[in-house]
Formats: sequence, C-alpha cells, structure tokens
Amino acid sequence: MMKRRDFIKQTAVFVTGAALSSSALVMLDPKELLAQRPELRWGFLVDTHKCVGCGFCVKACKIENDIPIEANVTRTWVERYVLKKNGEVLADSPKAALNGFTSELIDQNASGLKEVDADEIAQAFFVPKLCNQCETPACVQVCPVGATYQTADGIVLIDRKWCIGCGYCVMGCPYGVRFFHPVEHVADKCNFCYHRISQGGNTACAQACPFGARKIGNLRDPNDPVAKTVLRDRVGVLRDEYGTKPQVFYLGLSKEVH
Amino acid sequence: MKNHIWRPLYVVAAIVVLILVFRIFYVPEDFGIQERGYTFGFHRLGNEQEWKEFPAKYRDSSYCQDCHYDVTEVFTVSQHAMIQCESCHGAAFDHPENPEKLPIDRSRELCLRCHSQLYTPSSGRSNIPGINPSEHNVGIECSACHNPHNPSLEEM
Amino acid sequence: MVEQIAAMVVHGEAWTVKDLFVLPNEYVYWSIQIVMYPYMTGLVAGAFVLSSLYHVFGVEKLKQIARFALVFSFALLPVAMLPLLLHLTQPLRGIHVLMTPHFTSAISAFGIVFMTYACIVAAEIWFVYRTFIVASVVRLSAKDNRTVYQRLLLQIYRVISLGAMDVSKEAVESDHKAVKFLAGLGIPVACFLHGYAGFIFGSVKANALWMTPLMPVIFIFSAVVSGIALCIVSYYVFMEIRKRAAKGGWNFFLPETIGHDRAEFSYEELNSMQDHEVKMTSKYLLIFMTLALTLEVLDMIFRGYTAVKSWDALRQVIYVHDFTQIFIMQGLLGNVIPFILLLLPRITVRRAVSASLLVLLGVFMMRWNVVIGGQAFSLTFNGFMHYSLPIIPNSIETFKEGLMGALLVVISPFVIFYFLNMVFPAFMEDKSATH
Repeated sequence: MMKRRDFIKQTAVFVTGAALSSSALVMLDPKELLAQRPELRWGFLVDTHKCVGCGFCVKACKIENDIPIEANVTRTWVERYVLKKNGEVLADSPKAALNGFTSELIDQNASGLKEVDADEIAQAFFVPKLCNQCETPACVQVCPVGATYQTADGIVLIDRKWCIGCGYCVMGCPYGVRFFHPVEHVADKCNFCYHRISQGGNTACAQACPFGARKIGNLRDPNDPVAKTVLRDRVGVLRDEYGTKPQVFYLGLSKEVH
Repeated sequence: MKNHIWRPLYVVAAIVVLILVFRIFYVPEDFGIQERGYTFGFHRLGNEQEWKEFPAKYRDSSYCQDCHYDVTEVFTVSQHAMIQCESCHGAAFDHPENPEKLPIDRSRELCLRCHSQLYTPSSGRSNIPGINPSEHNVGIECSACHNPHNPSLEEM
Repeated sequence: MVEQIAAMVVHGEAWTVKDLFVLPNEYVYWSIQIVMYPYMTGLVAGAFVLSSLYHVFGVEKLKQIARFALVFSFALLPVAMLPLLLHLTQPLRGIHVLMTPHFTSAISAFGIVFMTYACIVAAEIWFVYRTFIVASVVRLSAKDNRTVYQRLLLQIYRVISLGAMDVSKEAVESDHKAVKFLAGLGIPVACFLHGYAGFIFGSVKANALWMTPLMPVIFIFSAVVSGIALCIVSYYVFMEIRKRAAKGGWNFFLPETIGHDRAEFSYEELNSMQDHEVKMTSKYLLIFMTLALTLEVLDMIFRGYTAVKSWDALRQVIYVHDFTQIFIMQGLLGNVIPFILLLLPRITVRRAVSASLLVLLGVFMMRWNVVIGGQAFSLTFNGFMHYSLPIIPNSIETFKEGLMGALLVVISPFVIFYFLNMVFPAFMEDKSATH
C-alpha cells in the first residue's frame, strides 16, 4: 500500500501540471485526455453492500459486447451467497444472473433447486464478478502465441485474429472469467468495455447499475472516486494467494467469497 | 562422399530456414514486445486499436434527454431516477436512425429483478419494496397499475 | 443482435454436467483429446526410450524390438500432434505456435521441441536404414520389369537416400556412430518432450489437482511405461499377423515381401523371436512401472497429509466422484494386477501381453484422471463438474472431442505404421548390427 500511495502522490503533481497546461491549449474533454495519459491504470470497485442482484449489469454487458444473450457464458455475472445460521454456505448464479435473482430457491444445478427457510438465514448478499485485469495475469503468461496481452493501462485483451483456441488461458485463470466465445470461437472475457473507457465513457455494467455497486476508475488519479476508496477504505481482492494482483477491489467481501 | 553424415543436418537446416522465411511473410509487422514486456505485452499492436473501435451499443440517459425531455423531466425526480432509460427501453444503438423504434421490455420479470421479495439481510436488496410474484396480481403487467416513470404509490 | 443466432456453440456445454455451485463460465474445456495428447506423446517417448536401450546401452537382447520400436515411434509422432489440432477451436491457426512463440507458456515449446524430436528420430531412422536404402536403390534399379509399386518405392528411396550412396566399411561405421549419438541425444529430448507435457499441467496454479512439481516426473515415467507396454502389445500383434501370414502364405500382410523380395522367415523362427523379445522387454516394463507407481503414490499421500484448502474438494473427487476411475480402473486393473502378473515367476508371452494391455489401460486412466479429474471440481471448491464423453457425434465439436475423435487418434499410428513399414521394414533381420 505504501508503494502505491507514494506513486500516486508523485504522479499527482505531474498529472495536475500536465492537465492544466494542455487543457489551456485545446478544448478537449478532460475524460478523454485522462484516457490518453500514460499515467493510467484502470481499476474497478465493487460494493457488495449496494448490489441487489438485479442483473442489469449482466444483460447490458452481453448486449454491449455481442455475447449471445441466451448462451450460457458471460463476461460478468452476479453470485448470491446465503449463509445459514448453522454455518452452511449456499451459493448460486442462475443463468449468471442475466435475469436477476427473482426466486428464493437456490439453484444447485444437477442437485436441483434448494429451498432455504428465511428463519435459517443469517446473511444473504450478492457479489458481482468480472475480470480482475490482474497486474500479473496468469492467463497472459500461459498464452502460447501472444494472442492475449496486457495494455499499458492495465487491461488484458484478446486478439481475436491470433487466438488459436487452445484453452490454456481459460484453465490458467483462477477466477473463471474466461470462456470460448460462442460465435467467434476464440477465448473471450471482460475487458472493462475497453472501447468505451478509452473514449472517456463508462463501462456498460457500471452504467447500467442503478445502485452504484460497480465503478470504474483510474487508480493513478488521486481525485478519482475509485482510487480514493481503494486508498482510504478497507478493500479486499479475490484469491490473492495466486499472486496475480487483481485490480478489482471489493467492499464488504466475506471469507465465503472467493 | 565422406561427409554423408551431415546430410540429414542440411535437410534440417533447410527446413528451419524455410520456416523462418515463411515467418517473415506471415507474422504481422506490428507484432512484438510492447510496454508490458515479453511476459505480458507480447502481441499484435494493431489489436489494441481494433478493440478501441469496437462499436458501442449503449448510450446513456443524457443521450435520451436531448429529444425525450418531456419524459425524462418527470423521471429524473422519481424514485426510479437511478435506473438507466436503456435498462427497460433497450440499448439505443444509433436510435433514432437505426433502429427507428426501440423494443420496450414491459414484462413482469423485468420489475421482479428488484421487486421480487427475497430475504437478504446484509444486502441493499432488503431496502427495496418487494412482492411475492406468485401471489401479487399474477398474470397482470406491473405497468397496468404502477407507472414505471413515477412509481410512487401515492401517485397511483 | 439478430444475426448472432447463427452457429452458436458454447464450447464444453455439450459434455459438461454441473452440480452444486459452479461458476457460469466453468466447463470441462479440456476433454478427451487432451487426455489423448499426453498419452500419445507418452507412447512416442516411451517407444523411443525402449529403442535407445539397445542403441545406446547395447542391451543386445532388445535388438529385434528396438528396430520396431524406432519405426513405430516415428509412426506415432504425427499422431501426437493430432489430438492438439483436434482440440483447438481454431485448428488452422495451429501454426502460430511456431510463428510467434510466447515462451512463458509451456505449450509454446511444443512446436520447437516436437520438431527437434521429429528430426532426431527421422535422422536416426535414416542412419539405421541407410545401407538398406542404398541396397534397395541398387536392387530396384537393376530390375527390368518393375511393378507400379516398385517404381514408386524406387523413387522414394532415391529421394530419401539424399544422394549418399557410399556403403564402404568406413561409411557404415560412421553410420553406427551417428545412430548411437542420436539415440543418446534423443533420450533427453524425449524426456523433455514429455516432461514438459507434464509441466503444462503442473504449472497451472489455478488448478489445485494439477499444480505439483512432481507432475513432469510422473509424466515421464508413466510415458516410458506406456511406451514399452504399447511396443510389447503391438510387437506381439504384428508378429502374430506375420506368423499367420507365414503359415498361410498371405503376402498381402508382408509388405516387405511385395517390395523387397526378401526371404521369409518360417513360422518357428518368428515364434522364437517373438517369445524372446516379449519376455525380455517385459522385464524393463516392470522396472519402470515400479518407479512410476512410487511417484504417483507419493503424490497422493502428500496431498492427503498436507491437506491444504483444496483438499476437501479433491478428496470428494478422488474418493467419491472418481473412485471407480482412480482406484478400480487405474489402481487395481492398471497397476496392481499387471504388477503381480509381471512379478510372478515363469512368465509367458500371453501373460506379458495381457499385463501390457492392462498397463496401457492404467496409464490411459491416469491421464484421464489427471485431465478430467482436474476439472471435476469448481474453482469455488463448492461445486463439481461431470464429464460425459460424447459417443455418437451430432456436430463437428462432439466428433472432434468425443469417442470418434479419440478412436481416430488411436487408429492413425497403426495406419501410418503399415505404410511406413513398407519403406522401412521394421521386422527386418539385419546381419550388420546397428549399435
């Protein structure tokens, strides 16, 4: 954390200077300017307290990124956790929460739908998942042909014209965010809506979220709301034991979630 | 004929040269090691631009406001103000040119995404008014009684 | 949105059954072809090591089977690549592995190691058969009325002789030296080829079952075991065919007779040859089996003893979901029974061959349990995935990654061997030893 703080401080000076001088010269959208700066590291913040499991994010993501809506693969999804008073943990994500959570029954796949009495529930909450755009992505390391890679601003992309479809990256990802695109037949995953954010826009999922449970931001910008939260609040990441340094930060993470 | 021992090696060398020559023509020029080094940044540079040019489908509510200000005026002060127009009306694409008309989702399932009552303490869901969909006016579209643009129960 | 309806296939959905909490994108992505891939490379490596036992270490007793093992190893080579190609969702781009190799990936070495190995085996065969090639060119050119088949064969020999027609004593002597060198060089390369196949799995940190540094070593030993076992079985089968053919005079089954007018062996000669070679080879099989078994048991004990976070899910897979595959098919049928069969005194050819067949099953099940077993549990450790092998294909995908695709891979080396045997007679008795 110390390292990051120092870095942000240092860049803050540079950034304000650069932003001031260039914005004086040309009329540019400051968001667009930000997107072009090298001092840019995209990060994401998920507030699990705010998520209500409506699944608008999943639907928006699928449409925005041309992932066939009915296909059982997705770039983002929402999980429901039901923690019972007796310590038992149940979790599900029916249809990746494309249509939200509308039933109390918990989808246990081949084991059917499980009914849990409200009296037995200690906690129940929702956790959105997406690609962590790791600092040291395991999926990129294992690509045999250089078809998946990380951009300077930290986004992991897949070259659809170069991917051979071996599936090694799919197996290498500890978070299960990768899949084979049902139409393109190459590996696919969330890229923080790179086409939108690099033009100063918001990700489709964050925009669709009515409750602000999802936010994209620049971790190198000290005034960025996401960077501020990551710096000042107690945030967690998923499965840090794999050493991938995930850049999707969670508020209200529980030990049952990984 | 002394050096017949080396002949297989010449064949191998020829194969290697052939592959290397083929490689020159086959691999795109912009393929190489970029900012993130060989481990994480070995790729075809042009692909970054290809992704940036990926067509967007969703605009946002301010885009709708330009023409539909009569609706958005009421909507932005209602309890549903935080919901994007496109969440119910569908992604705008290049509307009004293409498509001319957007398909509106009026299904019960759409409202149930938030308003189906679930017992979820420790989640924001518990703050949203909810109904039991199998008991609450089964078979009737929600908008028959509730105005999605101004859902306040007093206004019903 | 509308145009997306065309040709939509969620890769893996056809054969994956999910249970409990499994992430939406999780499927058994690596299926039967990835089981076949290490199995086939294992057979290549094993067959080569067997032939090297004779060429490098001068194990005179393995002379007959060594030559067969070498040619058979070459026939298996292209087939080791086939499962990978069938597995890729973009098979036409397979060449990218050679074009832009990303060496931080274990798979990227495949193209280069595979080709190096192929060159070594091809060169070794060339040196082993060089005097024969020259003799064939001379003999076939001298003939007045050549059949179509013989004309074709002559052309092939002329090309592959690479113009080296010198068969003087010194030249032949240097051939032998080259064979010894290549066979020696081939052993580490064969081990590397297969060890890194193990590394492909062992280095996936996201997978609790695969991630162990023992994986490459286990893979090498089980490779040698399966390679030797396959050589025993196929040597036995081909010799049986030759015996029948020798008895009944069916020259169709003896390609070397058609092409090279060689004197046939009598039924009795063949019988004693087969008896000797199979028994000898089975001794080596036993040695390598002991090593392979020790490592596998060590791995299992270690996992149970250290019992890290993933162990709950792994235990569930090992002792409940995959019990039959692991303990009955791999353990009992594939390891214990053949081990006893080989250990019992006064071994017979039938017993050695039956044991080898069981060993082949055992190693196959080991690959299956690693590849499929490694995907039998969810990343959440709270759910499981069951793989149901597509038997009758109803799409290209279920053909490629189903029983039919696997059978295609199994049959191919025998078809290739049949034709390769016409050019390089694998059962030829050569007076001038080549080690």
